[in-house]
Amino acid sequence: MSPAAVVSGLLAVEVPYWASSTIKLGVVALIVPTAALVLGYVFLLKMMSFMQSRLGPMEAGPYGTLQLLADGLKFIQKEDIFPEKADRTVFALAPLVVLISTFLIYVVIPTGPDAVVAQLDVGIFYALAVSSLSVVGILMAGWASANKYALMGGLRAAGQLIAYELPLVLAVMGVVIQAGTLDLQKIVTAQATGEIFGWGGIGNPFILTQFAGFFIFLVAVQAELTQPPFDMPVAESEIVGGYQVEYTGFRFLFFFMGEFGTAFAFAALAVVLFLGGWALPWGDIEHWAFNIVGPVIMLVKVLAVAALIFWFRFTYPRLREDQLQRLAWKVLIPLSLANIVVTGIFKVVL
Amino acid sequence: MIAEHVAFGIIAAVMVASALRVVTTRDIVHAALYLVIVLAGVAALFLLVGAEFTGITQVLIYIGAVIVLFLFGIMLTRSDFDQDEEADHRHKLPAVLTALLLLAVMIGALVDRFADVKLDANLPGGRAPQTTAQVSDELFSQYIVPFEAVSVLLLAALIGAIVIARREEGG
Repeated sequence: MSPAAVVSGLLAVEVPYWASSTIKLGVVALIVPTAALVLGYVFLLKMMSFMQSRLGPMEAGPYGTLQLLADGLKFIQKEDIFPEKADRTVFALAPLVVLISTFLIYVVIPTGPDAVVAQLDVGIFYALAVSSLSVVGILMAGWASANKYALMGGLRAAGQLIAYELPLVLAVMGVVIQAGTLDLQKIVTAQATGEIFGWGGIGNPFILTQFAGFFIFLVAVQAELTQPPFDMPVAESEIVGGYQVEYTGFRFLFFFMGEFGTAFAFAALAVVLFLGGWALPWGDIEHWAFNIVGPVIMLVKVLAVAALIFWFRFTYPRLREDQLQRLAWKVLIPLSLANIVVTGIFKVVL
Repeated sequence: MIAEHVAFGIIAAVMVASALRVVTTRDIVHAALYLVIVLAGVAALFLLVGAEFTGITQVLIYIGAVIVLFLFGIMLTRSDFDQDEEADHRHKLPAVLTALLLLAVMIGALVDRFADVKLDANLPGGRAPQTTAQVSDELFSQYIVPFEAVSVLLLAALIGAIVIARREEGG
């Protein structure tokens, strides 16, 4: 049998609803920790080390590849500690809320013509909505720890995430106007089949026209992840880790996985919105092979965007709280509004 | 249809239980968190009747923004887990009366409008999934006047909030 026949045979098998749902759930449940591991190892451990002229972990596995797995196992073995005055239920649930918010984003990210958990009509809107749920988890953690540093961290995080959610959503609007849809799959198609003044050689990746949107999106993502230079909520030197300060063992691991899993998810969203997603502008994008090649193309692009995100992280010093708020409200939001107006005018005129 | 009835029953039961806890718990942060469950239930009900856009807006606005502002305000102004005795009792009777009145008005309005409406059972799940394009088309044609009126109202509230905050600053 030819490979095409095998795949179409596989696709023709009727999988019952519960089975396909279980498989999809399993895939998402596996992707989040894997994504966190990959980003943590490649960028946090290795890229940062090389930028600082050191080797990073070298002992666990070849070139230290198993370091994070070892760390994860260590975290799981640790005692589950609650602070004496903590609000126990809320304290226990907070990391779960953050992690669930991360899981929910992955549900709509397409990696091939059929390789997507759920293709929603409101895809990007859904992704941004569920990503905003993590703020509730962070506030819960900050409050329930009964620790003033945790509370300060929680409040800083909430103020920052609310401020930067606006430019994040507004930056995406430009792409939505240009593609004419909120559906992530159709945004990919629009870029792969698009033409630049009648020339379809490289399709029309929206980064060319929405470069301002791409820039604002990346800056806002950086702030949403509470990474340096926007790490006021967890600033170790000021509030010793903020809302995470009382967390140990597997609950801390949840926060870690949430942070890096979300970094991966946002990088994937940036790829889908601005860099053409899983598709290549050549050939038939409905072809079955894209279900296998698509995830690989996607991964390469995601790692490129993630490299950019972590490069910012390791390069810039921390912003002060007032500088951080000023950047959001006085620079990014007006800029993204102007971008929407300009995009709207071009959409109507052209 | 059976599955949807079961789903509705579960969601509704969770919502009612959480809503009761919102008003009976003495810990104001817990009350806000129970409210998250109620609002998530509302979003789930919207999704259940095929109103994707409305359901997700519910999550983004109410859980992602309104509740976060609630929690933010509570945590800024209070410093410990003390059970607040004053949060209870004082205005209990007027609160119950207002709630009952509101309930009566809403039941009346809903029965008056929808008592005779039958959903089209031929469509999948008994209704057409409502796309975002349909929502925006109706919003910006048939309902443009109410939409603009609400916009102006929100703007007025926004300016009012800023004026009050500025005055308290003494500026």
